Amino acid sequence: MAYPTDPSAELATYAHPERLVTTGWLADQLAGDHPGLVVLESDEDVLLYDTGHIPGSFKIDWHTDLNDPVTRDFVDGAAFAKVMSERGIGRDTTVVIYGDKSNWWAAYALWVMTLFGHEDVRLLDGGRSAWMAEDREMTREVPTAQEADYPVIERDDAPIRAYKDDVLAHLGKSMVDVRSPGEFSGELLHMPDYPQEGSLRGGHIPGARSVPWSKAAREDGRFKSRADLEQLYQSEQHLAPEEDVVVYCRIGERSSHTWFVLTHLLGFGNVRNYDGSWTEWGNAVRVPVEQGGPSA
Amino acid sequence: MTDDATLPPPLAELIEEFGSVGPKDRLQLLLELSEDLPDLPARYADHPEQLEQVHECQTPLFLAVEVTDGTVHLFFNAPKEAPTTRGFAGILHEGLNGQPAQAVLDVPDDTPFRFGLAEAVSPLRMRGMVAMLSRIKRQTRAGLAG
Repeated sequence: MAYPTDPSAELATYAHPERLVTTGWLADQLAGDHPGLVVLESDEDVLLYDTGHIPGSFKIDWHTDLNDPVTRDFVDGAAFAKVMSERGIGRDTTVVIYGDKSNWWAAYALWVMTLFGHEDVRLLDGGRSAWMAEDREMTREVPTAQEADYPVIERDDAPIRAYKDDVLAHLGKSMVDVRSPGEFSGELLHMPDYPQEGSLRGGHIPGARSVPWSKAAREDGRFKSRADLEQLYQSEQHLAPEEDVVVYCRIGERSSHTWFVLTHLLGFGNVRNYDGSWTEWGNAVRVPVEQGGPSA
Repeated sequence: MTDDATLPPPLAELIEEFGSVGPKDRLQLLLELSEDLPDLPARYADHPEQLEQVHECQTPLFLAVEVTDGTVHLFFNAPKEAPTTRGFAGILHEGLNGQPAQAVLDVPDDTPFRFGLAEAVSPLRMRGMVAMLSRIKRQTRAGLAG
C-alpha cells in the first residue's frame, strides 16, 4: 500500500488497521496535496451526495454504478474499469469510502472493489454522520477528475462471495444472519404491499446465528472496539477466526458491513458474503428453511 | 401510455420538464423538488400520529391527505437525509396539491415511471413513489367518502 496508513491509536488494535481511517486523518490529508488518494461517497440515497459531500469526493452508487443493469450480478471488468477511471482511480490508487447509515453502503462498495482485487481500499470510520457531527467541511461542488486508466480486471468472486450452491455445501458450518430479529424468525416476510421486493418464505438458513449488523456499530456510526467485537462474535457466538464463515442479509448490503468487521477488524481469514441472501434463498425451491428465534 | 390531457396540468408539466433533460439534470430537478417540499403545518408537526407511513420507501416517509370541497391537499414528512424520497414527495406535491379529487384518482398508477427517473435512480428505488401515489389515492377516496 503506497499511501501511508492512519497511525491513530484508536485503530491500532484492529486486525487490519490499514483498512480504516479516522475523520481527523482524512481531513489532514485533504488539507494538502494528496496524489494517489481518492475519496468516494456511497449512500443508500442516490441524491444524498448532491446535497453536500466531503470536498473532492466522488459519488459511487451501489445500484447504478456497481450492479449490472440486466443480470442480477455485479458489473463486469470493463464497466468497473470505466467507473474507476472516471473518478480518477487507477489500480494503485488508495481509495477511502464513506457513506450514510453507519457506512453500510460504503462497506458494500468496498466489498465489490475487493471482488476486483483493488488492493488499497479503506473505510472512513463513522462515515458521513461522523464527519458532519464534527462540523467538518462539506461542499456541493462536484470535482472534475483527471481520467485514469484503470485496467480491465476479471472479478474473482470465489474467495469472498458465496453463491447459493456454495451455501448449500456450507450447511452445518458457521453462518451469520445479520438481518433484524423479525426477519430472522420469519415473522417479517416482506414489507407490506411489496411482495415483489420480498420473499415467498420467511425465516433463516438452518444453523445461521442471528447477529444484526448494527451490533457492530456504535451510536455515532463508528465501529465498536476490538474487545467489544471479539465479545460479540467470538465469545457470544463462538465464531473462530480460522473458520469458514458465510454472512448474509436480504440483498447482501448489510452483510458487507459484517463481512468487513469479521475480515478486517477481527482478522477472520475466510469470510464470504452471500449476496443472493434472503431475496434468493427465501424464493428458492426446496432449500431448507428454519423459523423461530435464535436458540440460546 | 395515457394521454397527458387527462393528467392534472401541473403533473403533466413536470413530466414534460423531466423528459426534456438528460438523466443527470433529472437528478438535479429531483433535488430541487426535494428542497421545495413544504414543511408540515403545526397541526401535523405536533401530531405525527395523524400521518400515514409509507413503508415502501427506503427511509421513513409520512403523508396525509385532506379533501376539502372536492380539492386535495397533501402533506409530507421525510428527513433531509433522504433527498430522493423527499424529491418523489416533491413531485407529487407540486403535481397534485390543490387538484380536484377526481383528477387525483384518475392519475394512472404507472405515472411515477413517466419521469425518466428509473434509469437515473434505478428502477428498484421507484417503488417508493408508486407506493406514495397509491396511498394518496386511497386516502383521497376515503376523504371523499368521509
